[in-house]
Amino acid sequence: MFTALHFAIIMPFIAAILVPFLYKQFARIHTGWFVLIVPVLLFIYFIQYIPLTANGQTVTSVFNWVPSLNLNFIAYVDGLGLLFALLITGIGSLVVLYSIYYLSKEKEALNNFYVFLLMFMGAMLGVVLSDNLIVLYTFWEITSLSSFLLISYWYEREQSRYGALKSLLITVIGGFAMLVGFVLVYKMTGTFSIQEIVASAETITGHPLFLPAMLLILLGAFTKSAQFPFHIWLPDAMEAPTPVSAYLHSATMVKAGIYLVARLSPIFAVKGEWLWLVAGFGIVTLFWGSFTAVRQTDLKGILAYSTISQLGMILSMLGVGAAALHFDSIDNNLYIGATTAALFHLINHATFKGSLFMMVGIVDHETGTRDIRYLGGLMTIMPITFTVAVIGSFSMAGLPPFNGFLSKEMFFTSMVQITNLGMFNIETFGVLFPVIAWIASVFTFIYSMIIVFKTFAGNMHPGLVRANIHEAPLGMLISPIVLISLVVIFGFFPNILAHSIIEPAMASILPSLLGGNEQFYVNIRFWHGFSTELYMTIGVVVIGLLLFMSLRKWAGIYRLFPESLSFNRLYDQLLVTTENVSTILTSWYMKGSVRQYLMYIMVFFTLILTVVLFGKGAFTVNTTNLAPISIYEAVLAASLVIAALLTMFASTRLKAVIGLGATGYIVSLFFVIFRAPDLALTQLTIETVSVALFLLCFYHLPEITKGAKKVRFQPGNFIISLAVGVTITLIAISASSSKLFDSISSFFSEASHDLAGGDNMVNVILVDFRGFDTLFEILVLGIAAMGIYTMIRLRITGRNRP
Amino acid sequence: MEILMSIIAGFLFMVGTYLVLSKNMIRIIIGTGFISHGSHLLLLTMAGLKTGAPPLLGLQASTYTDPLPQALILTAIVISFGVTAFFLVLGYKAYKVTGTDNTDGLRGPDLHD
Repeated sequence: MFTALHFAIIMPFIAAILVPFLYKQFARIHTGWFVLIVPVLLFIYFIQYIPLTANGQTVTSVFNWVPSLNLNFIAYVDGLGLLFALLITGIGSLVVLYSIYYLSKEKEALNNFYVFLLMFMGAMLGVVLSDNLIVLYTFWEITSLSSFLLISYWYEREQSRYGALKSLLITVIGGFAMLVGFVLVYKMTGTFSIQEIVASAETITGHPLFLPAMLLILLGAFTKSAQFPFHIWLPDAMEAPTPVSAYLHSATMVKAGIYLVARLSPIFAVKGEWLWLVAGFGIVTLFWGSFTAVRQTDLKGILAYSTISQLGMILSMLGVGAAALHFDSIDNNLYIGATTAALFHLINHATFKGSLFMMVGIVDHETGTRDIRYLGGLMTIMPITFTVAVIGSFSMAGLPPFNGFLSKEMFFTSMVQITNLGMFNIETFGVLFPVIAWIASVFTFIYSMIIVFKTFAGNMHPGLVRANIHEAPLGMLISPIVLISLVVIFGFFPNILAHSIIEPAMASILPSLLGGNEQFYVNIRFWHGFSTELYMTIGVVVIGLLLFMSLRKWAGIYRLFPESLSFNRLYDQLLVTTENVSTILTSWYMKGSVRQYLMYIMVFFTLILTVVLFGKGAFTVNTTNLAPISIYEAVLAASLVIAALLTMFASTRLKAVIGLGATGYIVSLFFVIFRAPDLALTQLTIETVSVALFLLCFYHLPEITKGAKKVRFQPGNFIISLAVGVTITLIAISASSSKLFDSISSFFSEASHDLAGGDNMVNVILVDFRGFDTLFEILVLGIAAMGIYTMIRLRITGRNRP
Repeated sequence: MEILMSIIAGFLFMVGTYLVLSKNMIRIIIGTGFISHGSHLLLLTMAGLKTGAPPLLGLQASTYTDPLPQALILTAIVISFGVTAFFLVLGYKAYKVTGTDNTDGLRGPDLHD
């Protein structure tokens, strides 16, 4: 049944259809105002589900799509789905509001922008609220597509097109791998429904396809969520308009991979490989993203790498959270904390990263540049923007009293605890987790400081483009202020999220830990006491400050990694090489010469036939029922060979035509001997006409040996043609030697006279028993005649070859 | 006899293939003629040779040669004639337009550049 929930999911698509009409009809009103209604309504609608999921309930409604293939649009709302749905609609509303002030209604093609944005919003809602894997994949690909369209929104720019193509290639490759993984899961479980798969998760753990399915699905998740080394598309996606970057590339789309990992955790997390892969890739991405962010000079570049790094952090926490499954009871299970931290940070990141992107958009809008080398001294000019930047960056750096501090503390806790886990060599390598996490946090601190102080502190750069820089209009500031307020509110009162949002979401990720009516109990505390994590944070701040102060002195280490070894270079090289190799390959065998292609065909045909003939043991010689050879046939055969050889080596066209004619007449004599009078007649006539035609045509054609060049014997051609001839002979011999059943010709000899009233069996077959052949043979002749007539009459005039 | 005819058919195919693989348009067209002769003989041979009287009921013979392959060959002869005639005129026209009868000279514009 099609329910309100289904309608909510596809409502953005329906709205997208209306956008161009509204854009044309109400040209004086910014189209964004109409669009804004959609996410706001959806947000209010989804809020109503909070009490439901908080009580541990879920909502499932099925709409049959292709029931015979098990493809049904199953809308499923549980804690995890609702968390994402609220993020998508909530931040979606704010982004639409921001974009109304960011994009000028005079200069921009707003109809395109909002259609793409609504498409994306609907697709993203579909991803997080679908229970059917194939439907999820469908929406997943629509997010890739709409993201591609949004990145290339300013399509006249080269860089936009490059970034869009790159993101599409990478995410679609991942998406395709994911689809294969889904199909493998279907093969193992026989259902596409995630809930049913989770219910049968135990049975598929030992299946040989389990690991391939897991790897393929993870590939999809990692490419979408910009994990190392697939992170390269995200910085190039920053060519998109800033509202898009804020929405897609920080708060929602890049979290689709994280959603997938969280959603499928109940299926795959029982295996240790999951923990290693998810946590390992996450922590590497965390480090690499934060390390690379420091060297960026473009504010959006910094934020892009920062997003990559934070996504890695969330993913690593989800991976560590999987360790919770290796302990049976919910009591004293320390690893649950990691999942809590992942979800909490997911929300926090969406709030502070969204506001930071909007802040950068404002700076860009007001000053005309995003390059930190030209920025500075905006603190007093743009005090509100500065406040947003400070709170957002400090939260990102993990400083109290903001929400980033809480999630960073919880992150450290889980990273420290993983070292206590006694499994999979964790004793030896496990110690790397907290160390890398700590180093990455130092870098995070550094780039957060760069964002604030290089942009707002110090003096104005004299080369700054515009003269009268001032604070952004109020409308543009609303969205970042709302987000930044959330950063502060969640910082001081984190537990307003705990019971309503995080606990139900945890129940979705770790369902097997709950028995009966149990519920997770999450209590995020500000103060942990003097624990390891606190000392780690203090260390981050102290070392980070020292490194930030001395940034110029050690920035040289970035030059140790040459640009040519970067992953971007690798990607570019890969594209170019693929193109070159395929061009070389194609031009190697596609030479444009008919002779060459004929040779391929002949060689292939000979090989395949002889291999099958001898491979299947089909070659037989049966000499029992052979007809005797009389002197006539021997003489005819000998003259045929002579005539054919004459043609083969003829150096003038006349010799060749005479040779062909002679062959034709000898063939008709063969027909006489083999008791085929009609054939002999036809052959004689047609050969005569053919030779006449040849002669007629050759009157106008040049001599074979034009330019006095002799027709040389071609050994290569000869070997191929010899092989063809031998193959035909072998097949002919074995065909005539093995009669598997009698011919049906006795019917013709019996029925020709009685049924058809004719004594010439061949003619009766042609016009009566198999008259259709003759009809179309007449058609062939007719077409040939018309073709010849047309060709001769046709004059190609005035049109040169391209 | 069947074995001899098989060899003859194979020989005709060989000559035809050799001619088709050359670069000269006339030789290619002549080559197709040889290949069709070869396949006609092949059809006839595979049905068995000289197994009775010509397929004319008026002869009142006890056995007749199989009429079906003869009907098939008759159709094939006519079709190959039509194709050859068309092919010939096509070659003639191509020569008139391009001024060459060498297939290497008949390449279209190179699309890669």
